[in-house]
Amino acid sequence: MTTTTLAVLVPLLPFLGSAAGLLLGRTAPGFVRPLAVLPTLAALGLAVLVAVRQGGGQAVNAATELTPTGSVPIELALHIDGFAALVAVLVGLVASCVQIYSTGYLRDDPRYPSYAALVSLFTSAMLLVVYSGDLIVLLVGWEIMGICSYFLVGHYWETPEARAASIKAFLVTKLGDVPFLIGLFALATDAGSFRITKVLGTVTSGGLHHPTLVALLLLAGVAGKSAQFPLHTWLPDAMAGPTPVSALIHAATMVAAGVYFIARLLPVFQASSVAMVVLAVMAAVTMAGSALAALAQDDIKRVLAYSTIGQLGYMTGALAVGDRGAAVFHLLSHGAFKALLFLAAGVIIHASGTNSLAAMSRMKDLRARVPDAYWTMTVALLALAAIPPFSGFFSKEAVLGAAEHVATGHTEHAPGAAGWIVLVAGLLTAVLTAAYATRLWLLAFRGRGAEAPDHGRQPLTMTVTLWVLAVPSLAFGLAYGPLPDWFDDRDLTPVLTTSVLGTGLALVGGIVTYGAWRHTTAMAARVPLGAVAAHPEGDAGLVEAEAIASHAPAYGNVASAPDPADPGRLLLGPLHRHAAVGFHLDAVYATLFVRPVQGAAAVVRFLDREVVDTYVRGAGALPRWLGAAVRRAQTGNVQTYVSALLAGTVVLVVAALLVATGA
Amino acid sequence: MHLAYPAVLAALLFCTGLYGVLARRNAILVLMSVELMLNAVNLNLVAFDIWLSKTARDTLHSGQALTLFTIAIAAAEIGIGLAIVLAVYRNRGTSDIDKLRDTAEGPDSGAPAAEKAEATA
Repeated sequence: MTTTTLAVLVPLLPFLGSAAGLLLGRTAPGFVRPLAVLPTLAALGLAVLVAVRQGGGQAVNAATELTPTGSVPIELALHIDGFAALVAVLVGLVASCVQIYSTGYLRDDPRYPSYAALVSLFTSAMLLVVYSGDLIVLLVGWEIMGICSYFLVGHYWETPEARAASIKAFLVTKLGDVPFLIGLFALATDAGSFRITKVLGTVTSGGLHHPTLVALLLLAGVAGKSAQFPLHTWLPDAMAGPTPVSALIHAATMVAAGVYFIARLLPVFQASSVAMVVLAVMAAVTMAGSALAALAQDDIKRVLAYSTIGQLGYMTGALAVGDRGAAVFHLLSHGAFKALLFLAAGVIIHASGTNSLAAMSRMKDLRARVPDAYWTMTVALLALAAIPPFSGFFSKEAVLGAAEHVATGHTEHAPGAAGWIVLVAGLLTAVLTAAYATRLWLLAFRGRGAEAPDHGRQPLTMTVTLWVLAVPSLAFGLAYGPLPDWFDDRDLTPVLTTSVLGTGLALVGGIVTYGAWRHTTAMAARVPLGAVAAHPEGDAGLVEAEAIASHAPAYGNVASAPDPADPGRLLLGPLHRHAAVGFHLDAVYATLFVRPVQGAAAVVRFLDREVVDTYVRGAGALPRWLGAAVRRAQTGNVQTYVSALLAGTVVLVVAALLVATGA
Repeated sequence: MHLAYPAVLAALLFCTGLYGVLARRNAILVLMSVELMLNAVNLNLVAFDIWLSKTARDTLHSGQALTLFTIAIAAAEIGIGLAIVLAVYRNRGTSDIDKLRDTAEGPDSGAPAAEKAEATA
């Protein structure tokens, strides 16, 4: 088979699996698991094959036009360069792991068939986005991912948190998608085609009329999808979905789609230095803010969600300094270790029966209950904190190195200001990242207090996938050597200055947090805290749903817990209160958007009920009065009726006679 | 015999029946009045049938045939009518038409229901 055929099969197989799963889910439950796992695994195999054949060389381009679509043609096009090939492998790997993990995680869930089918559909859409060479086809995949995310966040729709979170995720990403669509149209109008190759050709030849406007419009969609400030607020709430979904969609792949999109169309953004600086500021605010917020969260998955936002900030930062190789390098390594972190967090939530770090910090020997999760999570957290030689170190250093390169004025492709912004924010975030990673690890695994509950061994499917993902988290960083061949041939080797600086800052963050933890841990015993799930013997999905639902009643709100023994509280000081609620951005949105919309809805309701309905009721009143008058004639006496009938007949006969005689 | 005699007799019969239907209060007498009206019509049918056959415009005697149908149907009708009256009498203890006003539409629609409940009790 040609590479093109293989590449077409990659998104097609999970799609067929999803369709079959949705159709057969009820009638043939035995086929659901194979239908979920096998197409995804096959897609992974094919994606690897495509990557090997493509080999980082000449991009594979293929296009076919199904039907003429008016002014600007829309084609089913593939554009597989090194970026696409490698990102597709990552998507396939994480999706396969998540599907296998889900068979254990949701083994007793009655909605597993639809869940697995939606995850397959999502995988297919993401692969479509990755391989697509046409912007409209890319948009189709982009929107399918959005709707899958909506359904999967709302998987536990019995809980109000999940319902609210799914609607919020959908609305916020759509808020970005509208300008995104307009941006795509503007881009295609200038280029005369939706093909990415032609668009890039137009940009190189300077045919783009409003580069800043187009770039900013596209940036809105990217900010929504990739959870960048100021449209990131949906991502922490999206953690109300099942953990495998968080791992696949809200950490490793979908949120990376925005970054990947910019990486594909980087020349469009580079055509406008304003857009690059906006991108840099956005990345910097996102990184620093989310890292601070992560330090204050109590829900283990919300910590990871804010961490995801921050790491995506690194990727957009790398793009802001014009180095898409570094961005996609970080995307790949982050995808692996963040998926691992989430899946391990799912195991921990299952074992401990709670998603609250405060409750976990009062459990002894949790690490002995889940040794696999303990070891793999340690690896992944070290990668997250960018400690050498784990993968996160190399990819983050590539980002910081690129930023330093631009900041010191070595290149022309990005404004120097962007370089400084990204570099300073990146180094600050490195400290905070190490701090919240250390806090997470200490609270989850070094708890003191009552013995952790023992629910037996975790399902094999759940632990094996952790080790599979631990391999790239551990060793993928060493790929910095061959990777430039796949990307733009720009060197990804760690630079000494930023390496020393970054690692040093990470160590400082970790040590300070450890000190704070030693200081506060004595308090933990004095403040008992903790609520665990009501059905610890249930499958992990049930335990998690109960843990999410009970967090607000048990600890006050979904984000934080009143735990004085939390080292994050000591480190952040007065900032903690604000960081826990994401710096009140939700409240700002509530004032700016939610209240006006609700006010407008109240006005419309008043107009409908009081004004429009009055006319309707008035129109009905007259016939009602007439009807009442007529009803009075209805006495119930049959003889009256017959008399009236007779009188009528007589009148008619007389009238007929008069007419007949012509009088 | 001149056509005027049976016609006048039929008209008188019909008027008597009509008066009975409109003025009588006993349901059985109302039914009997209805029979009077029907027979007035039968008389007309037969009389005009004879008159028309004399002028040789109708040789099938359809008027007389129709009269037979009317008699048969009137028998069936009076059977059902009497059965209804009997059922009403057994149920209500009266066959006075003035008191059978369940279909009345009053300003207070609860009144007939209360009346009915009273009657069944």
